[in-house]
Amino acid sequence: MKNIWLIFACIFLFACKTDQKSKEIPSDSIFQLTSTWQDQHNKSMKLSELQGKTLVVVMIYTTCKTACPILVADMKKIEKEISPSVLKDVSLVLVSIDPETDTPERLAEFAKTNGMSAPHWVFLRSDEASTQEFANVLAMKYKKISPVDFSHSNIISVFSKDGKLQMQEEGLTIDAAKVAGEVNKLVKSS
Amino acid sequence: MRFVYFSILVMMINMGCTSCQREEVAPHIKKNIEQGSRSIKSNTKMVMIPGGKYKPFFGSDTSMIKVDSFLIDERPVTNGEFLEFVKAYPEWRRSNVKRIYADTNYLKLWTSDTTLPDTVPLDAPITQVSWHAAKAYANAVGKRLPLLDEWEFVAMADNEVPNARKKKSYSDDIIDLYLIKNRQFNPVKKSSPNYWGVYNMFDLVWEWTDDFNSVLITGESRAGEYSDKNMFCAAGAVTATDVMNYAAFMRFSMRAGLKANYTVNNLGFRCAKSIHKN
Repeated sequence: MKNIWLIFACIFLFACKTDQKSKEIPSDSIFQLTSTWQDQHNKSMKLSELQGKTLVVVMIYTTCKTACPILVADMKKIEKEISPSVLKDVSLVLVSIDPETDTPERLAEFAKTNGMSAPHWVFLRSDEASTQEFANVLAMKYKKISPVDFSHSNIISVFSKDGKLQMQEEGLTIDAAKVAGEVNKLVKSS
Repeated sequence: MRFVYFSILVMMINMGCTSCQREEVAPHIKKNIEQGSRSIKSNTKMVMIPGGKYKPFFGSDTSMIKVDSFLIDERPVTNGEFLEFVKAYPEWRRSNVKRIYADTNYLKLWTSDTTLPDTVPLDAPITQVSWHAAKAYANAVGKRLPLLDEWEFVAMADNEVPNARKKKSYSDDIIDLYLIKNRQFNPVKKSSPNYWGVYNMFDLVWEWTDDFNSVLITGESRAGEYSDKNMFCAAGAVTATDVMNYAAFMRFSMRAGLKANYTVNNLGFRCAKSIHKN
């Protein structure tokens, strides 16, 4: 009997603790954004639901024939360079800049054809205003140049598990080992 | 007895827990009470700009860009108006704003969350606001930020013609205005309006546009014409369609250097609105 009460007491204490923790989102965290997103499984979510994992984020669109395939390849290279023991604490996030075309179904199909079905791959799309806000938070430049094509800057960003920007790599020659190194370091230090 | 003892212990822990939660929830609740009215109006007169085609200052192709008819505020949003906004929307007050939305210089000159010093007149344009804050204001008054193309379309006018870009004096006059220091503390609508009846396009502040982040002048742009020009100074200027328009070049460079949470001491905004065709 005594033990049961002790266990209860512990549970209450813990419940209180974790509750406190989840409220401490830093002011400059991307988890402050209130936009609503859909993932490749058509689940509606806020960015704050990604909290707790180290994030590698890139913005692409699935119909892109030029830079995006390189960025997707870069993300897969980064995945390979992340230590297997660390990977469960990481989400690799691909955010669509073309929410109209990139429906959840399309994102799921893209994930499948590109061998990105593992649970650490997250594909997101939202409405145009939220996408623009997110691109601006990443300081990514993009412009719709025709109904089917966008020009955009190529940025891979790393966020700590509380959503703070830690690193950005820009350009089409991204050093996957460097990004993965930062991710490994972040996960291990937390 | 032991049972009672432990019950009390658990209850105490529970209370401790709820009280610690209550403390934490308290500011949240307080914020709910201090919700602000969440309703403001903009009485700024809007000017109808009939659409048309224009040649953008920037871009490798020389094709014309079509701009639909739209409404634009006749002047920039003022300090006084922005003050009403932060009163109604407390989350945009200086002490409440999240860093992801505005940097540490947000409303820096204000003496508190809702008071301004005499040196910052209520009828002067608001500055030191981020793109997120400008957008939130525009939403709150049922408007939006102008698109870059819309803003530049209006900016082609001088006080005589809708497109003064060919005039020699056009760019020089604007540059002269850009060089005046502390011009952001002057009241709005004191200078003469342009051809459309729009005031203060150049003489007081730089202005945010909705899609400021669409300016790609670096080698990161996929367009091949840009990429190998990084080796030259002012590579962007090579692709400018209107090399004489140095004022526009300054604006585009400014926009390219901005991030959405930046606040700058002479960067403000005005609002626009689409015209819905029925």
